[in-house]
Amino acid sequence: MNVFNLLRIAWRALQRNRLRAFLTMLGIIIGVAAVIAMVAIGQGSKKSIQDQLSSMGSNMITIRPNSNVTAGARLDATTVQTLTLDDVKALQKQSQYSSAISPAVSTRGQVINGALNWPTSMQGVSPQFLDIRKWELQEGVIFSESDVATAAKVCLLGTTVVANAFTPGENPVGKIIRFNKIPFTVIGVLKSKGENAFGQDQDDIIIAPYTTVQKRILATTYFQNIYVSATNANTTQLATAEISTILRTSHRLKPTDEDDFAVRTQEELINTFSSTSQLLTVLLTAIASISLIVGGIGIMNIMYVSVTERTREIGLRMSIGARGIDILLQFLIEAILISITGGLIGVALGITASKLVTTFLSWPTLVSQSSIVLSFFVCALTGVFFGYYPAQKASRLDPIEALRYE
Amino acid sequence: MGNKILEVRNIKREFKMGTETVRALKGVNFEVNAGEFLTIMGSSGSGKTTLLNILGCLDKPTEGEYLLDGTNIGSQSRNALARLRNHKIGFVFQAYNLLARTSALENVELPLLYNAEISAKERREKAVHALESVKLADRLDHTPNQLSGGQQQRVAIARALVNEPVMILADEATGNLDSRTSYEIMALMQELNQTQGKTIVFVTHEPDIAAFSNRTIMLRDGKVLRDTVNEGRKSAKDVLASIPAADDY
Repeated sequence: MNVFNLLRIAWRALQRNRLRAFLTMLGIIIGVAAVIAMVAIGQGSKKSIQDQLSSMGSNMITIRPNSNVTAGARLDATTVQTLTLDDVKALQKQSQYSSAISPAVSTRGQVINGALNWPTSMQGVSPQFLDIRKWELQEGVIFSESDVATAAKVCLLGTTVVANAFTPGENPVGKIIRFNKIPFTVIGVLKSKGENAFGQDQDDIIIAPYTTVQKRILATTYFQNIYVSATNANTTQLATAEISTILRTSHRLKPTDEDDFAVRTQEELINTFSSTSQLLTVLLTAIASISLIVGGIGIMNIMYVSVTERTREIGLRMSIGARGIDILLQFLIEAILISITGGLIGVALGITASKLVTTFLSWPTLVSQSSIVLSFFVCALTGVFFGYYPAQKASRLDPIEALRYE
Repeated sequence: MGNKILEVRNIKREFKMGTETVRALKGVNFEVNAGEFLTIMGSSGSGKTTLLNILGCLDKPTEGEYLLDGTNIGSQSRNALARLRNHKIGFVFQAYNLLARTSALENVELPLLYNAEISAKERREKAVHALESVKLADRLDHTPNQLSGGQQQRVAIARALVNEPVMILADEATGNLDSRTSYEIMALMQELNQTQGKTIVFVTHEPDIAAFSNRTIMLRDGKVLRDTVNEGRKSAKDVLASIPAADDY
């Protein structure tokens, strides 16, 4: 039996009823497009987070006071207080695997410059913070250790703050701004970093010595975070272990006490977010797959209806020499052609939708090749599975009865 | 011309409908040679449809033997019967049974699609040739809804001829046509029979149609009532010529 002929027969049969074929494959088209788009959104966000976290340096280690790391939730310095300057000093003295250490406190407030003002946040850190975060200046200088010692009222501005608190063209370096009523001299402008993985504007920040923020604004001696960069990518695990030991001693914890701090490497953070977005992707895909199943059921229904409607045609084909298997294969191929064509259109639609999402919603998307291949495969299977039973029914018709069918 | 196309030996066919048994054929005997033009006549319930189905290898007798071109169909599998239908029989139905939205050419090619031995080129050539012999060469691309009833039936006849069967089996082929068109079809049948030597078995209940054949078998209540040669066989062409041309299409 000639495969080409069968393909021809099935294809011509579908062509006779283009509208119906299209409506039948609509379920598959939507299902596949949804899967492709959902996976692309999930993968896009995952990659974007990964890129973000990687760009901060894979040797960066974040120390937080006693918190379960949820998705980036930051704790107020006033609620949990366990990290102090003694910890920082202990780490500086004892840690062999750390190359830079910076404590951090932050607060929100209003920046005022003459007639302009802007709500923003201020991060109090040590000069090493910029090394750890791989953040460069586009103008000016960073504050010094003596600035830290004197709690000098100096600061570095992010580009968003500059854009909103200064007139265009004005050079902020050397000017004095007020933050929560306290005057600060601007000594530098940070290079632009753009949005982070959570959609927050990283350039909407003011950086100042931590002592300044602690003493003059927050009146606290505690830190919200301590940032450490390991000597290189391979020593991060060693650094983490070392840090834990040092801090436990510094906090005078007994062996049975739990840590009142949390040490996380960038890698762990990446993995946490990866697994979250992985879960999200899986959920979204599962939902989209349901519509694929519905599409398959739609194919099966239409094929059954089609078989009934074409009973006389089937009788005719049998009378001129089609065997049961010829009829079965014809209808099966029709179902597979519908589902594969639907799959192709769905893939094209899914890719287009992903691109539109990126263009209009500015969400990152990454179309994954494996999702395309998998969808295709599932489509073919759907066609075979949902097309088989109607095809079998068609092949078992009695030609005499079929020819008589009204 | 002693080539026996059909050998029907004491065929019986029974159908079980629930608890009742319907005996549609109660012992039918006849033989058909190559080149004959035979009509099978009978009223409803005479068993002619059942006989047609058996002759067409769509059904098997409950008892008795039927040999088509030497092959006993009682021993054949379903697939083998399909092959026989494809190679040896050309069906023409009362309702034409053409595929809708499909050109005449493709309709005629259809039986050849189920024959793996024929290439696409051959298929096309044979189909064109068949349409030429029914005088529809100028309407190859027309779909059934662009053809009149008579033209559609001619396409069906071309389809029946395309695989060069040993016999054409027609079931009330003129049943849906008006009298003028019926005669045109019968003229075509006679031509196929006389100039090309095709064996034709025509089932009908209309005596004036049967008058165009060489031989008539009359069935009644599942048995052969009469098996006669038509002495006064008419020429459909002549009959056509004698009908006053009323409305011309």
